[in-house]
Amino acid sequence: MKTTSYHVDADGFYGEFGGAFIPEMLYPNTEELRNTYLEISSRPEFQLEFKALLKDYVGRPTPLFFASRLSEKYQTKIYLKREDLCHTGAHKINNTIGQILLAKALGKKRIIAETGAGQHGVATATVCALMGIECVVYMGALDIKRQAPNVARMKLLGATVRPAESGSKTLKDATNEAIRDWINNPVDTHYIIGSVVGPHPYPDMVARFQSVISEEIGAQLLEKEGRELPDYVIACVGGGSNAAGIYYHYLDLPQVKLVAVEAAGKGIHSGHSAATSALGKVGIIHGSKTLLMQTSDGQITEPYSISAGLDYPGVGPMHAHLYASKRAQFISISDDDAMTAGQELAKLEGIIPAIETSHAFAVFDQLDCKKDDIVVINLSGRGDKDLQTYINYFDL
Amino acid sequence: MNRIKRAFKQEKPLVSIYATAGFPALNDTVEVIQSLEAAGADMIEIGLPFSDPLADGPTIQQSSTKALENGMSTKVLFEQLEGIRDSVSIPLIIMGYFNPVLQFGVAEFCEACEKAGIDGLILPDLPLEIYTRDYQTIFERHGLSMIFLITPQTSESRIRAIEAASNTFIYMVSSSSTTGSTAGFSESNMAYFKRIADMNLSVETIVGFGIADAHTFSQASQYSRGAIIGSAFIRHLEERGTQHIADFINALNAKHV
Repeated sequence: MKTTSYHVDADGFYGEFGGAFIPEMLYPNTEELRNTYLEISSRPEFQLEFKALLKDYVGRPTPLFFASRLSEKYQTKIYLKREDLCHTGAHKINNTIGQILLAKALGKKRIIAETGAGQHGVATATVCALMGIECVVYMGALDIKRQAPNVARMKLLGATVRPAESGSKTLKDATNEAIRDWINNPVDTHYIIGSVVGPHPYPDMVARFQSVISEEIGAQLLEKEGRELPDYVIACVGGGSNAAGIYYHYLDLPQVKLVAVEAAGKGIHSGHSAATSALGKVGIIHGSKTLLMQTSDGQITEPYSISAGLDYPGVGPMHAHLYASKRAQFISISDDDAMTAGQELAKLEGIIPAIETSHAFAVFDQLDCKKDDIVVINLSGRGDKDLQTYINYFDL
Repeated sequence: MNRIKRAFKQEKPLVSIYATAGFPALNDTVEVIQSLEAAGADMIEIGLPFSDPLADGPTIQQSSTKALENGMSTKVLFEQLEGIRDSVSIPLIIMGYFNPVLQFGVAEFCEACEKAGIDGLILPDLPLEIYTRDYQTIFERHGLSMIFLITPQTSESRIRAIEAASNTFIYMVSSSSTTGSTAGFSESNMAYFKRIADMNLSVETIVGFGIADAHTFSQASQYSRGAIIGSAFIRHLEERGTQHIADFINALNAKHV
């Protein structure tokens, strides 16, 4: 295990960010995880089952695809890490596979999860079906209306979808409700958080399960380019799980430039944005000290993005630290630029990305990539779920 | 002697009431506090509303949302509390979440509390370890007693650590739950209250969560020094407004048959 300033420390902090700012009612739950997650997930039998499921069920390793027409256009070598080809359509399932195996090892009988757009909810419902474990997914009442196909998917998979009717009725409220459920069911229930957020050890645990993404890239690049390290790694960031996964093995290698792409929505200062690094201040959300969009009075505000997966008012503490320490470059991309970039990828490479992912393709004007630089973009999800948004936006 | 310790000198169990600041109307805060004392409440937790109150159930969250819509904020609360000690003498505790305190500035917050005559703080998401490392000195410098929560799942060694960081009382969460979610205490609840009583802690204990009427109040007081009532009081305010607070307290104190 690496122990440098960009990984989590023994107390669960990334620099000044992270920790476990939780009510005492959650202390035993998180303590059990803190004491066991490293030991259980490093057991040979755990690793064997984890890797077998990633290979045969998820479809890993995902390809590293050289995007020749995109490369031609931007005059640099662009590779796409095809997480969109994972079972259920996004990287989210890497984490849910890891956590369901952990839950099984801990003897848990019931799984709860939060979901915004529904991708993590579907990935959780999927692994619960696979393992025959009861699954309850909390989803904001507003999101349930906006994301009907994913609600139907979760139900088909046997999960119960419970609406979060409190607060703004979106992702943050679904997370609150899931945490409350965990408070009320502290013994038999495991909470599968979908991103690198929440109290320690969640950010580190989720990052480790997602780190299979960067782990695969080394050998793939060596085969194609004769070297293991890229010059740039680019990922979109909402909570930050796909970014954490593709940064993981490069965190301590400063020659690899990390680029984090946030959703500017209708513009950073439009009042309709999710650009947490630009708009956030240090605060506490869902048990973690991180950058957070909030009022001057410390009330958490509702972010906006055209992509439902990026509108989280906080950001994982690892990313807050990468931002504060300037290890990663943070760029925010507007709805319009993201939609254009998504359409461009479809036309140039025959791949329709999730709108979250589209944001990561809109940054080339702001980067100084050379012709021989190797750029890896995390193609974190496919665009099927966003078809209606594309239809409405482009009047298709 | 501080007001909290003095309150515990009384023989009968303490009736401690939680009331969300700025609820039902923005300027009801002081009137509710005064009416509670007049009706015989022994201590008051003033809820500083937060947009995302993780440890609270729907009743208190809804009252917080309403209070925020009414215009409540940390700054407004301290303005409302100015001069409260001219009319109220029972202990006043602010109960809220850590983020608004952090944004106000922890030092500034403690100073404002002392100036207003606040006796203690309950901040459920400020954990013991961070409190003792970063904030205990400043809280104590301003005469603020930090009140920690324990639950049926809290280990004995952790209870001892919490005891060591406490100087007035510990808030005993009746069951593993968010506020407002139980109806009457079971044998296992009672066994837990007794187990804690048998630890002979050097600070007092009060039970909170799940106390709604005279019956649950008397159950809670059997092995502790009293109880905190939150959701049931908020519901009373919702249904009957601020004019009938005495009815609520009288009903609690009524002998359960």
